[in-house]
Amino acid sequence: MYALEIENLHKTYASGLQALKGIDLKVETGDFFALLGPNGAGKSTCIGIISGLVNKTEGSVRIFGHSIDDEFLVAKSLLGSVPQEFNFNTFEPVEEIVVNQAGYYGVPARIARQETERYLKQLGLWQHRRSQARRLSGGMKRRLMIARALVHKPQLLILDEPTAGVDIELRRTMWNFLDQINDQGTTIILTTHYLEEAERMCRNVAIIDDGSIIQNSSMKSLLKQLNSETFVLYLREELAQAPQLERFDNVVQLDQQSIEVEVPEALSINDLVGELETRGIVVERMRNKVNRLEELFVKMTAKPDTEKLA
Amino acid sequence: MLRQFWIAYLTIARKEIMRFTRIWVQTIVPPVVMVALYFIIFGNLIGQRIGEMDGMLYIDFIMPGLVMMSIITNSYANVVSSFYGAKYSRHIEEMQVAPVPNLVILLGFVTGGVARGLSVGVAVTLVSLLFTEFSVHSPSIVLLVALLTSCLFAMAGLINAIFANSFDDISIVPTFVLTPLTYLGGIFYSIKLLPEFWQQVSLGNPILYMVNSFRYGFRGASDIELISALLVILSFIALLFVVCLVLLERGTGIRQ
Repeated sequence: MYALEIENLHKTYASGLQALKGIDLKVETGDFFALLGPNGAGKSTCIGIISGLVNKTEGSVRIFGHSIDDEFLVAKSLLGSVPQEFNFNTFEPVEEIVVNQAGYYGVPARIARQETERYLKQLGLWQHRRSQARRLSGGMKRRLMIARALVHKPQLLILDEPTAGVDIELRRTMWNFLDQINDQGTTIILTTHYLEEAERMCRNVAIIDDGSIIQNSSMKSLLKQLNSETFVLYLREELAQAPQLERFDNVVQLDQQSIEVEVPEALSINDLVGELETRGIVVERMRNKVNRLEELFVKMTAKPDTEKLA
Repeated sequence: MLRQFWIAYLTIARKEIMRFTRIWVQTIVPPVVMVALYFIIFGNLIGQRIGEMDGMLYIDFIMPGLVMMSIITNSYANVVSSFYGAKYSRHIEEMQVAPVPNLVILLGFVTGGVARGLSVGVAVTLVSLLFTEFSVHSPSIVLLVALLTSCLFAMAGLINAIFANSFDDISIVPTFVLTPLTYLGGIFYSIKLLPEFWQQVSLGNPILYMVNSFRYGFRGASDIELISALLVILSFIALLFVVCLVLLERGTGIRQ
């Protein structure tokens, strides 16, 4: 059974903006799935429809086989969602926010308190349980929304940019936590702008752009499509100008002791280092310019600069 | 499933009641102070010169109306501010994503409005004891009318909040519709004092029926027959109930 099945989903807002142009998507039970796309591509609209916050124009959505139209109470009880923007009453105490959310799902008060304690402790918020939510830091607020989304034990968890604005240490803690949740059987759909996060955590991926799915495959097969990678090389000696390398494209001098080189799929790093050595250039260190998924993502969703700013 | 909905209802109702009790200095005290001033100025100082109204002391005449005014404004204010606040800061989404039927959401918010309306009503009644003797002709009618009226205005507040797009929008109706209708609803005078034409016009004011049936419960006297007053109140409740449910079902103002 699929955790999520979307068929021919359309959304046109009252303004006339066509946010979704008939998307189809299937997410397997137990998957850790990435839904990626540039700003305004339609990710949040899609999540809004699944969560019941946005009315769809056309199409169908089923959560574990239950339609959000005909069986919305069952469908909703299987879903937990963490929105991109904070949407809790900032004047309420942390514990009350989570306990109340459990109550909306019909969880009895005693169990709601137990589950709240469990998730607040796991997410490092227990000592702040009596604080008003507005007093939490940005990272704590994100973790509060995750605790709130999990308190009724959903089988499908949708996270819309859960680590936005969160420092790297905390982000890694959250990754580990989400890994555990996924290992315990919860299907997770993640949208993120940190593509390193998607590459590290997700097994399958869909890329949405301009309201349509332009890629839907496993992460491995997607990354195989990457026909070149860009590396930054740190050199032992200073260079007056970037070397001319016949077999490599886009050789750019970054400063006197570093260059950037695009390595096509047919060639290896050894070929590059070897060619540089024939010119007397010694490479001391190197790194990927950007993560591999990011490189692919940028190529797939590339638009002219004028369009990006429009 | 029913147990699940019952828990959801209790959660919303409890949250709504906690909200206004936590800030009781802003929600309970001001209407009590305001009504105390009404009693001092209109009941005691001016009332003594007016003498009797409908065969009773003026302060006894206005007391039920002042209590009813507090119930109306507070049940309305509670829901309009709470629901609009939830919409504005988007925590209404907490209920929208959960398997909570719209009927449960409606009942939860209405319970909050009724609780505040009745709490303020009781507080104002207690204050009135400082100025007038406590006598109730029919406690069951007093309770019934207070309950029905607070339900009605809690739903009216919800409709206002659904359509409101700014904090200004939630004060326009209370200022320009609710307050004038309340003052012209027979709190301070019997409509028998009005010329025939204005008596007929006054009958178009729904608040007149609430104030008079409430006064009947306290004093056993009313400008309006009790049964017609209750029918008017119940008709309005039925109408607003349907409107609220349709708006919530459509997601007006809360779903794009």
